[in-house]
Amino acid sequence: MGAAHGGTLSARYLPGSTAVHRLEPHAKLVSVLTFAVVVVATPVHAPWAPAAYAGYLLAVLAVAAVAGVGPGRLLRGLVVEVPFVLFAVLLPFVAGGPQVEVLGLSLSRTGLAAGTGLLAKATLSILAATVLAATTEPRALLRGLERLRLPQVLVQILMFMIRYADVVGGELHRMRIARESRGFTGGGLRGLRVVGATAGALFVRSYERGERVHLAMLSRGYRGSMPTGPSVPVGTRSWAVALSLPLAAAAVLLAGILLG
Amino acid sequence: MTAPPPSLLVEDLAYAYPDGHQALFGVDLRVERGERVALLGPNGAGKTTLVLHLNGILRAGRGRVAVAGLPVEKRSLQEIRRRVGVVFQDPDDQLFMPTVGEDVAFGPRNLGLPEPEVTARVAAALEQVHMSDAADRPPHHLSFGQRRRVAVATVLAMQPEIVVLDEPSSNLDPAGRRELAEVLAELPVTLLMVTHDLPYAAQLCPRSVILDGGTVVADGPTGELLTDADLLAAHRLELPYGFDPTPT
Repeated sequence: MGAAHGGTLSARYLPGSTAVHRLEPHAKLVSVLTFAVVVVATPVHAPWAPAAYAGYLLAVLAVAAVAGVGPGRLLRGLVVEVPFVLFAVLLPFVAGGPQVEVLGLSLSRTGLAAGTGLLAKATLSILAATVLAATTEPRALLRGLERLRLPQVLVQILMFMIRYADVVGGELHRMRIARESRGFTGGGLRGLRVVGATAGALFVRSYERGERVHLAMLSRGYRGSMPTGPSVPVGTRSWAVALSLPLAAAAVLLAGILLG
Repeated sequence: MTAPPPSLLVEDLAYAYPDGHQALFGVDLRVERGERVALLGPNGAGKTTLVLHLNGILRAGRGRVAVAGLPVEKRSLQEIRRRVGVVFQDPDDQLFMPTVGEDVAFGPRNLGLPEPEVTARVAAALEQVHMSDAADRPPHHLSFGQRRRVAVATVLAMQPEIVVLDEPSSNLDPAGRRELAEVLAELPVTLLMVTHDLPYAAQLCPRSVILDGGTVVADGPTGELLTDADLLAAHRLELPYGFDPTPT
């Protein structure tokens, strides 16, 4: 199980049977999305914003604890955030308006608030998404997206990505070994050219594979939509459980707006 | 009562690719129900082009194809693709769903079968290829030989009139090759096997057809064709070293 289901891309999945694991994938998706909306809706410049962020953080950490997702896994999930961090760090330097002195640097006050807010919002949303990824198998996520009426084309693209990530990765690996077996060591401009050629060859191969897969699908009666198996209806109770995260966040936001 | 129509009837089939390259020049082929036929020929003989006509992926430039009496036409495509099960050469092309079970269910679900029937067909098809315990596994965790057998199951689940295999023995290790042969030998279906693995043809197919230059150049009992050294040499077909094709 776990990594065995979907290869590279499901390395993020932690097998388990906690309450969070057992929830229907589409309920979890709705939950994470609404949570992100509530987090993003928090006004950055409100004086109570830091308290609200802390509240949201508590809520996500509580869910992570129930799901058995450890701090190490959460931190690794945050790696995707790095580009945001760079952008957020730039903001206080480039934004205009009143300036404040921090450690001898002159920083924009609004830029500082915007940067911190951006960072906090991105971190909170990614933490929630990390818990989702750790408790839901990739193919279950796809079923969830499908039940949420995401266009079939997008679901199918994602499905093929999960299925073929390993196949294409394997091809890339073999090409690299073949390259190195002929004395290629990389580095320098010449190296870049070779890597570019590899990428081109990989693209052509993948494109051709795509055509062959399409033929194989047509041969088995494919007419543009992916047939799915039976799906069980979701009870009110699991919806309530799934939505407890965004509801808690919404309560924090409401409290901020009313009291702050 | 007349005899049932042949499983596969190809008459005077010609085809040129859009770039002008002519691949087939009038192919005639008749496969009776329950027959096992090997389609032999060198690379570039037009074997794959012919296969893609059998289920209507390519449309005949001239001539006609009929499967169990039903002509391959635009409006019959869905039924044609149920009747003709094509197993492609690379199982990674054939198996695109997240698990083996879902993949085998893909065809039956496209046919719009009710879910209990789909489940039953998936179980039966996996049983026929000795892969029952793999239903919940993702395809890329199976060995190459296992994947190829699952690929066979994906078309068996559609209960086809004829199973067409494109190079079934390619890239298999000796054990995988034997296991697949055991599975194929047991299948109660009409079989057309495209290959240049002549011993495999001798083992599984009583009758062989040689395709070269886009036409059928020989058609007869496999044993006879494989002992005709001049015929084989004329069409770039060779027996492996030490193999004796004389029927015992």
